Amino acid sequence: MTDILDKIDSKALHDWNSPENRRRVQKRYARDRLLKIAGLTAIGLAVLLLGILVTSLLYSARSAVTQSMVELEYFIDPAKVSRDAPERGSYRSIVKKAVLTHYPEVTNRRQQRKIVKILSGGVSYLVRDHVVANPDVMGKTISLKLPLSDPFDQLNKGVIRRDLPENQRRVSDKEIAWFDVMVKKDLIHNPINWGLIFNNDSRRPEVAGLRGAIVGSFYILLVCFLISFPVGIAAAVYLEEFARKSRMNDIIEVNINNLAAVPSVVFGLLGLAVFLGFFGLPRSAPLVGGMVLSLMTLPTIIIAARAALKAVPPSIREAALGMGASRHQVIQHHVLPLAMPGILTGTIIGLAQALGETAPLLLIGMNAFITSDPGSIMEPATALPTQIYSWADSPERGFTSRTSAAIIVLLGFLVIMNTVAIILRQKFEKKW
Amino acid sequence: MTTLAFASILIMSAMGYFIGRRRSLAIVNGERYRLHSRPVYHGAFVALWIGIPTTLFVLLWLLFQYSVIDSLLIGSMSADLTEGRSGEQVQLILNEVKSIAAGNFFNIPSPEIQDLANTYNALVAKFRWMLVASAIVIAAAILLFTLSRISDSFRARQGVEKVLDGVMIGCSLIAILTTLGIVVSLVVESLRFFSKVPFYEFLFGLNWEPQIPIREGQVAAEGAFGAIPVFTGTLLIAGISLLVAVPIGLLAAIYLTQYAKSRLRAFIKPLLEFLAGVPTVVYGFFAVLVVAPAMKEWGAGIGLDIAPNSAIAAGAVMGIMLIPFVSSLSDDAISAVPQSLTDSSLGLGATKGETILNILLPAALPGIIGGILLAASRAIGETMIVVMAAGLIATLTLNPFEAVTTVTVQIVTLLIGDTAFDNPKTLSAFALGLLLFIVTLFLNVIALRIVQKYREKYD
Amino acid sequence: MEPNMSTEYLDIANLENSNVEQGRPRSEAAETPDITLDTDLKFRARNIDVFYDTNQALFDVSLDIGDNAITALIGPSGCGKTTFLRCLNRMNDVIDICRVTGSVELDGDEIYTDKVDPVLLRARVGMVFQKPNPFPKSIFDNVAYGPKIHGLAADKTELEEIVVNSLKKAGLFDEVKDRLAEPGTGLSGGQQQRLCIARAIATQPEAILMDEPCSALDPIATARIEELMGELKESLAIVIVTHSMQQAARVSQRTAFFHLGTLVECGETEQIFTNPHDDRTQSYITGRIG
Repeated sequence: MTDILDKIDSKALHDWNSPENRRRVQKRYARDRLLKIAGLTAIGLAVLLLGILVTSLLYSARSAVTQSMVELEYFIDPAKVSRDAPERGSYRSIVKKAVLTHYPEVTNRRQQRKIVKILSGGVSYLVRDHVVANPDVMGKTISLKLPLSDPFDQLNKGVIRRDLPENQRRVSDKEIAWFDVMVKKDLIHNPINWGLIFNNDSRRPEVAGLRGAIVGSFYILLVCFLISFPVGIAAAVYLEEFARKSRMNDIIEVNINNLAAVPSVVFGLLGLAVFLGFFGLPRSAPLVGGMVLSLMTLPTIIIAARAALKAVPPSIREAALGMGASRHQVIQHHVLPLAMPGILTGTIIGLAQALGETAPLLLIGMNAFITSDPGSIMEPATALPTQIYSWADSPERGFTSRTSAAIIVLLGFLVIMNTVAIILRQKFEKKW
Repeated sequence: MTTLAFASILIMSAMGYFIGRRRSLAIVNGERYRLHSRPVYHGAFVALWIGIPTTLFVLLWLLFQYSVIDSLLIGSMSADLTEGRSGEQVQLILNEVKSIAAGNFFNIPSPEIQDLANTYNALVAKFRWMLVASAIVIAAAILLFTLSRISDSFRARQGVEKVLDGVMIGCSLIAILTTLGIVVSLVVESLRFFSKVPFYEFLFGLNWEPQIPIREGQVAAEGAFGAIPVFTGTLLIAGISLLVAVPIGLLAAIYLTQYAKSRLRAFIKPLLEFLAGVPTVVYGFFAVLVVAPAMKEWGAGIGLDIAPNSAIAAGAVMGIMLIPFVSSLSDDAISAVPQSLTDSSLGLGATKGETILNILLPAALPGIIGGILLAASRAIGETMIVVMAAGLIATLTLNPFEAVTTVTVQIVTLLIGDTAFDNPKTLSAFALGLLLFIVTLFLNVIALRIVQKYREKYD
Repeated sequence: MEPNMSTEYLDIANLENSNVEQGRPRSEAAETPDITLDTDLKFRARNIDVFYDTNQALFDVSLDIGDNAITALIGPSGCGKTTFLRCLNRMNDVIDICRVTGSVELDGDEIYTDKVDPVLLRARVGMVFQKPNPFPKSIFDNVAYGPKIHGLAADKTELEEIVVNSLKKAGLFDEVKDRLAEPGTGLSGGQQQRLCIARAIATQPEAILMDEPCSALDPIATARIEELMGELKESLAIVIVTHSMQQAARVSQRTAFFHLGTLVECGETEQIFTNPHDDRTQSYITGRIG
């Protein structure tokens, strides 16, 4: 024992600079570096995966940025369209005539029908809509740029490759030859695909758009905001400023924390059983979607609002109380205004989460196929994420790129909302 | 018409505010100092007492109106329409009546149905008028009553504050009501399910075929409801996702908190936050568009047959989704370890790596485990990725290259486009939902408790 | 050993050294020690400047620290005494934004060079912190941690001997000998701090830096620590940062007074407390600043 004590006392015992020790230290540093490299690899991997995610979506969406259109002359024949009711008429034959004037040599009816199919099946409705909107074109010839059908859209953009053997692509050599007639006559154009945002949903990818989904999502978020914002603030103020330590309030606290982690699909079941089943509210309505999502958003908002209220220093409350204000007045006049930027930030973040939520909306039927935008919160509607889900499920090739494009639109909205939240936080954040 | 109801409430409240204010001033002949509360509070007292109960009344009315109208309508159906028809068929008739009442004709309706549609429209109109009328009557009654209470010594401010207290408590209770609503609705529907399918068969059965029998070899005509293959599928995919997310997320958090310079941190953290903010439907599409085909191709390259909706593709993408979640929770746990602990390890001459492995991680372990449990709960409850990327058929296998299904996939596919709550197929979704709720709640409670204990230790 | 070993070694050292500038003498005058020591010189700090980002925390500090003695660093909060203490074993290296210029010699060898590995330096110059902070491990593992990572013990029995002796030297052995496997966090505050001292001396350091080691302890525990310091100084150098002037007067042989990032005065403890040369020192010890 004693000589060990001496050993420790003697300074010369351990030669820190001996070769063995240096080797040891080298090994220890090697291990340190290994950990560092592993960490860096993990981060690199995460960034790489994010990169793959974004680039693959962008790459896939690129062909939905433009839409191939064909410019044709349509003669609005008064014999085919009645002047009194322009919405009824044989627009199909008007379109057929407009197309076939470029193919005088084709007389076979079946071939003619195939040629007409170069244009989107929705074209006759688009011509109708144009005539209904401008009744004075009756009897005149109008020039319209209208979309190609999906296979020719893909062919025009090079997604369907011409150099593949005929049996491996969706368009035959003959169809390509017909299509090239239009190309040679310079009738094919590639304008930016604004229809993606401003059209309503359709089974035909070339005319399908997000308008209904955007309006639906807007209504849902509106309902969600109108419910969860006031309720969230009231609950947060109560829990943070008034609630005394009691069993009930503990239960509320635990409840809020747990609700924040309940799977979203369970909220969908709740909405289905209670709002649709018990109360008999209409299916697919933005009102129900907004109510379900507000229950999900509420915990986020309450937690954020409580944090914001907590950040207001007690000295301000005491100062106001010292002036003879009631506790309600203190909160109303001093604490809430100071906490408001933080509460708003939390609310925007909560709404951004709600905007991306899909599963609960599916359960209450918001993936319905609806070709007009909802006029009110009670009418059937879709939402952006459920529209993405429906399009992703559609077999038509053109929907793949449109799904990616729709995702980019959704991500764009999310980025905007989060940026607003960050700016709000930075601009109004006070250091006490 | 609903708008009219709310508008009349607003107008009545505003009226109440001004009348109440004027009344209080009139009582003291304009000598404000004689009032206990400022006139504003008298006005607000009246307005709140009109506004809140009447609004609640209207909301309750609206919630129940549809089911009341429905039952009235069913009651008014002639016997030969309802006779011998199941509830579901009556429901179908009801839907037809409603769509005709809304003016959507598909073909010429039978006179009976047309009559019912007219009755329906009349009922709806009547209910609307009754709503507005009763809202106004209630508001007026409250107005008279509250005005009679205004006096110079009336404590209007306290009255207003008490109402606000009540409102705030009510709002706080919504969280509990939500939980109650979830529990009650899941339990009620599950009990109905278990009255048709035995409990033990659901929990321990090895066959899950809830579809309407259309193909050969189906176990039973009603379908089979043994959920074991669904559970194993869920656990398999969740396990794969954790295998991806935990190492990457944890190592990333270690690097970011311990090694990274602040500039790199400022660059990486927003990226991870972006990754965390991407909706899961996007990850689901990513799995279908990129990951699953890539895996299939890779599998074919080494002679492996990987299903297009394999567990590994869905699990891997779910893992990517969980990376920022695990990383931020680990970051919190690591940051909660006091600096002095790492300092003293470094002060003894330990390298950074030794300090992290020997001191930091053991100290942060409870927090990290709590975070992993939360991640596991998220993986089990995650829906969209698996709905889009995993299989629909329940196969009892642990092979990650095969297609398996999960609890959430089944819930969604069983309920999409079907709302009749009386067959075991749709009801089974609620039983699965109940199970999902219990398991995730259990994981969350444990995780939150671990994390909280851990925080207290270092606070 | 491979021939390229030394370059490899330098590279490794660079990992942590990149933010440290080379030592350089600044002025001729500073080259002469400002105090005379009656013991051997242990540390010789010259022209130390420390920056946190753009804020300068220390201004041109030059100080000699003797072996087998206790040197107390006193001064008001934020005066830079802890920053200076952390320069002596390069603990400031671990702070991202911290930059140190100047020179510190340990036994005549410059420590702010690439050749010195901070990890080995810290094994030679131990440190005890303000708050007792045992690792969340057993008492035994707490003390064994340093010897283990530095490979000081050839086998288990040797490790046990080192642990036992360190605990004995820290005056803790008798109190904990029956519960070496229990967690160190279960000890009382004073015991925890003595455990931290045992942990620090287990690597056989030549000097121990103590950053207000008693500020979180009660007077009885403080007295034990002070007694222990008196024993330890027989075999090593101790530098202690303290807020308590009484403590500095009780335990130290030499005292340095810091104010606003500069070293105001340094000398025999008795002289500093009875006959300070500088007015600021006078004001501080009489309680007018601080």
